[in-house]
Amino acid sequence: MSLPLFPSGSDPGPSFTELLRRTRFAGAQIPPGTVSEVVSAAGRQTPGFAVAPISGVTHGTTVVALRYDNGVVVAGDRRATEGNMIAHRSIEKVFPADRHSAVAIAGAAGSASEMVRLFQTQLEHYEKVEGTCLSLEGKANQLGQMVSANLQMAMQGLVVIPLFAGYDLRLKRGRIFTYDVTGGRFEETDFHATGSGGRDAKNTVKLGYRERLGRDEAVELAVTALYEAADEDTATGGPDPVRGIYPVVATVDAEGYRRLEDTEVAERFRNVLERRRERADGGAS
Amino acid sequence: MTMPYYVAPEQVMKDRAEYAQKGIARGRALVGTTYDLGVLIVAENPSSTLHKISEIYDRVAFAGVGRYNEFDQLRVAGVRHADTKGYAYSREDVDARSLANVYAQYLGQVFTHEMKPLEVEILVAELDPLGDAHQLFHIAYDGTVADEQRFTVLGGEADAVAHRMAARFRHGWTLGEAVLACVASLSGPARTLRADDLEIAVLEHGPWRRTFRRVDDHEVTELLKDGEPFEQAASSAAEGEPAAGSLDPSGDKTGDVTTGDAQLD
Repeated sequence: MSLPLFPSGSDPGPSFTELLRRTRFAGAQIPPGTVSEVVSAAGRQTPGFAVAPISGVTHGTTVVALRYDNGVVVAGDRRATEGNMIAHRSIEKVFPADRHSAVAIAGAAGSASEMVRLFQTQLEHYEKVEGTCLSLEGKANQLGQMVSANLQMAMQGLVVIPLFAGYDLRLKRGRIFTYDVTGGRFEETDFHATGSGGRDAKNTVKLGYRERLGRDEAVELAVTALYEAADEDTATGGPDPVRGIYPVVATVDAEGYRRLEDTEVAERFRNVLERRRERADGGAS
Repeated sequence: MTMPYYVAPEQVMKDRAEYAQKGIARGRALVGTTYDLGVLIVAENPSSTLHKISEIYDRVAFAGVGRYNEFDQLRVAGVRHADTKGYAYSREDVDARSLANVYAQYLGQVFTHEMKPLEVEILVAELDPLGDAHQLFHIAYDGTVADEQRFTVLGGEADAVAHRMAARFRHGWTLGEAVLACVASLSGPARTLRADDLEIAVLEHGPWRRTFRRVDDHEVTELLKDGEPFEQAASSAAEGEPAAGSLDPSGDKTGDVTTGDAQLD
């Protein structure tokens, strides 16, 4: 590898994806050809139409994010499925994007985790080259561009829908952004959930949400939402005390990204179960 | 058509070297050293926005002296090199040695083949994640690489600063002691450097993946204040020079400093 220097006309600037393109780095692009070739080889491709999930592709499922008084909570279950099989019990879907933001993914696990890795590198690269961080809005737009770059693969069934949440250092509050397949970026006011159990999770949050939740209450609500999603959706994993696997729960505030310890998440789930059991004893299940 | 005059290659190289050295000597010096928690880089830099020291990767830092636009171009290229490599392979595969070699190749190439050599000297430092075998690679304008484990000095009056530094260096010293020694070595006996004349950054062991941290002016002032007794003892022992004026970060010379503190031996 020699020193990557560019004539001033073709300098990639602070963009890492652009740098990869300029250096023609093999396998570096989000739609890298390799996966789509596998898909076409499988003979399932219908040009112009989305096809049903292709077997052999692992899918990650429910992720949820909600705002509290001075930050955001992001949580995601740990299950990956392959058709009707459980592919992995302990994958992670919630990642720190940088110090003050988190990205959670639902969809084809392979492309999603690759997208997260590229996104993380992109944010850090910008910060180092420019000497300052991108604004939260800027980060959200960057992620949108990556989702839209994935459109071709999304048409072939490898849909990746991220959920982006972070603490806006200028506005001094948490913000949540959601995306559609084309990379369209939408800001949610207070909460959102995506993935196969997303609807159940979102409804749970909706019923329990109010303005100015504290951090503890928000974490409790996110955990409850994941529990409800797992209760209704087979592709969403619940708490697994036997193996000691619990959903990933993280908060982002002015102090930065913090992932809750598994023991704390376990404790939260015990509370949820306790309440459910009381209700069942009372006769209303 | 006119024939160019014949100039001996030795002469060409000598002229280029002189040209580069002159450019570098105009700038202020910079010191890189190791301390108990990692690597410390101290530069004399009155600007708070145009940095001489920067982060390259998780455990790698960059520092440059000489022409700003030239070493900044090298810094950005280094970030690009490291990020591409870390993305292609793994984060732990990014190391200072290979980066230093790439820099050396480029600087050497420019020195021998271009009209104008780069008027820069750079330092690539790496924190050893497991122990204290930190590395400092000093790369000169002609592509010469030297690796150091104690300290290295770049820029104008490097020899004098290195001489002062050699008298002070102790293996495994604390951040405060190291900062003080570096600042005293940079300033020499005749001058006083305050926090806002300095740019200081460290690569330090900690819970974070990214080990690079800038030491802000406030912390620098505190460090300089705390270490005063130690440094007074050190400098008077090392050079026999009057220590009082050269180190006082706030500029006011209060008399309540205990000299001859036992820390030195």
